[in-house]
Amino acid sequence: MAFPFYVNPEQMTQDKAEFARKGIARGKSIVTMEYAGGILMVAENPLRLQKLGEIYDRIGFAGVGKFSEFDRLRKMGIQWADVEGYRFSRDDVRAKALANFYSQALGEEFTRSNKPFEVEIVVAEVGDDGLAGNERNALYRVGFDGTIQDQEGYCTIGGSVDSLQAHLAANYRQGLSLRDALRLGRDTLQRADNGQADLAASKLEVAVLDRTRAGRHFRRIAPEEIREHLTR
Amino acid sequence: MRFWDGYKGSSFLELLAIEHPHFEPDVRRWFDELGQLPATAHGTTCIGLRFADGALVAGDRLATMGYQVASRDIQKVYATDGYSIMAIAGAAGPAIEMARLLGIQFEHHEKIEGEPLELEGKANTLSQLIRQNLPAAMQGLVVVPIFAGFDLRRRTGRVWRYEVTGGRYEEREFDAVGSGSIFAKESLKKSFRVDATRDEAIRMALEALKDAADEDRGTGGVDLERGIYPTLKTCTVRGIESVSDEEIARAHREVLELRRRPVEA
Repeated sequence: MAFPFYVNPEQMTQDKAEFARKGIARGKSIVTMEYAGGILMVAENPLRLQKLGEIYDRIGFAGVGKFSEFDRLRKMGIQWADVEGYRFSRDDVRAKALANFYSQALGEEFTRSNKPFEVEIVVAEVGDDGLAGNERNALYRVGFDGTIQDQEGYCTIGGSVDSLQAHLAANYRQGLSLRDALRLGRDTLQRADNGQADLAASKLEVAVLDRTRAGRHFRRIAPEEIREHLTR
Repeated sequence: MRFWDGYKGSSFLELLAIEHPHFEPDVRRWFDELGQLPATAHGTTCIGLRFADGALVAGDRLATMGYQVASRDIQKVYATDGYSIMAIAGAAGPAIEMARLLGIQFEHHEKIEGEPLELEGKANTLSQLIRQNLPAAMQGLVVVPIFAGFDLRRRTGRVWRYEVTGGRYEEREFDAVGSGSIFAKESLKKSFRVDATRDEAIRMALEALKDAADEDRGTGGVDLERGIYPTLKTCTVRGIESVSDEEIARAHREVLELRRRPVEA
């Protein structure tokens, strides 16, 4: 009969975390930030497999790391949100609850399974001026081990987060126009360790949660529109 | 928290059935235990027709409970997404719930898969919902909708009618459902032209609804006293647009002028 080896829990947690961090650092980064008209999400992604997604009326999703894993999280989020909205009302579907749901799920997966998820995600919610108490935007960042952070202004995920955050800290200000925010997002992504020096519009995936829209606020920005914003 | 063993498809209806079965009413048990249902509100005349730019769906606003008015301004025409419309006739409660579920189903699929269902796929989804409702329909909670929309790939408006078993039939011209439908169809039979402009289509629909309200006590007409007008929605390449009450009122006045007879001395 074989006995399982004793493994120090601290050691195991460290190993898992290191494994997850390595996996995430290999991927490209994503920048999300508040601008005058809502929330902007910019990803370096020349592929058709999308990293940004719509969850609900005012909630968007961004994920980095292993595609199969964050895409599963995205779909789980949509399922959660649609059931919640069906059970209660559309205004009852909130980003904070969703971020908590993700945090619980990822936290449990991190402790229980041998291979943790190699993902980092952002849950963004655009405010609604017509709904008392919901006026403010929200950005939640959830890590591979379920750590959850409530961010203000901007938030980055993926490899080389520190240098990206530093660039944003120096250059971000409130009330940016969409054009300025998009440029800042592109410039920030170019500073990633594995980023490209001259990021073309065709290599960007961009979406906004547009405050001025009614109903479903999520909108993808077409390559032509991105190019227009970046060149003019 | 289950990551990999939860439901992974793109259907909200299946998600509910598999992961949240307690949401589904156990209709058979209701009837076994209750015997007969108490009176419920019923909807009445709805029209779907094709015209040059797409499809138009119209419905009156009256709901009745036996011989009494249950509601004077009920909505029977619902946009189920950006390019499809469902109009309901029959038991109002289950029909409105069906329209709501259908809307969530379309949005859910679009978000999960990244692109919307084909119009045909949407029409088929509604078939399945009606088929599932068959046990309730056998007890009197019949839901018979009209489904219409703009097919972005084929660049044309399309209209479907349904029967209680979920049978789905595409109409080349128009159809009507509800207690006043026979009169609405007789009216459209004479006025219908598939190449009609938007204004002409509005006029055809309004006249048909008026004819239905004239002969059928369960169909509401234009309520001038309260300012309640029928619902008319068009679905074209631009998406769904509601016809404004002002426009309906104007068209209604024109029809009245044509039909009004002088007072006898």
